[in-house]
Amino acid sequence: MGTVNEPLVRLDSVELSYDGAPVLAGVDLTLRAGDFVGVVGPSGAGKTTLLRLALGTLCPTAGRIERARGLRVGYVPQLETVSWSFPVTVAECVLMVRSDRWLPWATRAERRAVTEVLDRLGIAHLADRHIRELSGGQQQRMFLARALLRDPQLLLLDEPTSGVDVATRHEMLHLLGHLHDDGMTILLTTHDLNGVAAHVPDLVAMNGTVLRRGAPADVMTPTVLEQTFGAPMDVLEHLGMPVVLDRKRHPRRPVVEAP
Amino acid sequence: MIETVIETLLEPFGYAFFVKGVVVATLAGALCGLVGVYVVLRGMSYIGHGLSHAIFGGFAASSVIGLNYVLGAGIWGFASALAINRVSRAHRIGADAAIGVITTASFALGVALLTVFGNRGPSFDAALFGSIIGISTADVWTLVAVSALTVAVVLTRYRALLFATFDPEVADVSGVRVARTDALLMLVLSLAILATLSIIGVTLVAATLVIPAVVARMLTHRFATMLCLSSAIGALCGLVGMNLSYHLDVPSGTTIVLTGATVFALVLMATGGRGLQRAPRAAVL
Repeated sequence: MGTVNEPLVRLDSVELSYDGAPVLAGVDLTLRAGDFVGVVGPSGAGKTTLLRLALGTLCPTAGRIERARGLRVGYVPQLETVSWSFPVTVAECVLMVRSDRWLPWATRAERRAVTEVLDRLGIAHLADRHIRELSGGQQQRMFLARALLRDPQLLLLDEPTSGVDVATRHEMLHLLGHLHDDGMTILLTTHDLNGVAAHVPDLVAMNGTVLRRGAPADVMTPTVLEQTFGAPMDVLEHLGMPVVLDRKRHPRRPVVEAP
Repeated sequence: MIETVIETLLEPFGYAFFVKGVVVATLAGALCGLVGVYVVLRGMSYIGHGLSHAIFGGFAASSVIGLNYVLGAGIWGFASALAINRVSRAHRIGADAAIGVITTASFALGVALLTVFGNRGPSFDAALFGSIIGISTADVWTLVAVSALTVAVVLTRYRALLFATFDPEVADVSGVRVARTDALLMLVLSLAILATLSIIGVTLVAATLVIPAVVARMLTHRFATMLCLSSAIGALCGLVGMNLSYHLDVPSGTTIVLTGATVFALVLMATGGRGLQRAPRAAVL
């Protein structure tokens, strides 16, 4: 883990275009050791692109990206992008990140490390199962285990709360909270506004650029959300946390006065 | 009665050319089965078909300029594979379209060259459909060398190849040199097609890459087991197919592929196609 407040990744006036069409413009974002950041925004806002820029699999069209020297990054992809018919077991999938070794088979130390990380995430009993036999939450945990096996300084997760039920979504965010408590730096993207408002201390609202960054109470405001999503949203406060209501789904009912 | 059957089955083994053919077909089947696992799992089943056609272009060009056809076609095939890889990775067009354009153009060029300048190398028919009697000692040694190289690559780059096949993006950020690994696989694939071309033929080599791997996938959900099973099934199809080729007097490529297709149908009936369900992929290659 890096020293707290040490910048791990810094995006400075970053722009990115696909075939001339701008996806991101003027993005400034710094991730420091110990940060736990959730990126929210509508589909097509450039959240995954931002993640890939931080990851280093995409290069910006303009601007600068600086990464800490020798930064180890763990990446958890979207479940929708995974080839679930691929013939691998959970343990084999997790072990993939140890690809620097030329031995085809796992050493005893590697098997122990895989068992430990799976055990830490509560899925050690599924090690010999095929990856398609897992539930959505277990699949997320498996990819998290794979990322953790690299002993990363920075953990990037693309939509870790999508494709799973509400309970699993909260379980995953709790788990990430525990990892953050242990010192892990985390950046995730999500559509689950209320989930991140409750579990993630630092939010980024974006739509082509970073519109606002701050604590949930600063980002989850009707003004910022309308600016981000282009639709009016209501925000209530419940137990000191903001709760977002989509006004289209929850239209304000006319107040009917009692006779 | 049984003695007569056994005698008939063993009769061709009295001919040196047939023994050589059986050994080569078995080895070729195992080699294609091994490489085919990566081809199938990358969703590139069409590449075997395409590359064999591209290599035919190289075969024709080498024949025209008097270059060793193994070397010429090998370089041509590898260049085509890299071009397909590069074009499809750019995401501008799909891998299937890239394969379609590059390899059919190469095949057409090959046919044009042979038509205009004539053939000075192996026969045109043998290159298209494979031949039991067209196998030279050089073919045997080429196949042995390519098989040894392929096994060495699969063993020493096992983890990198697996990761780059399953999840190229995460593999890339996890320290795997994905572009280099892909290029290595393309080289091995080109060499495997080239080394088996004379026995199986341009038009049928794709099936020997795909069928054993697909059958193996229906029988296991473990990658290492799939590699072993696919190689074994490929070898079995080569052995049985070559014997059928002799007894039925039809080109060896056809009988090897038909044997594979029969195995596929039997396993499909027995397993219901388990493991073959389609699923989305992160990247083309």
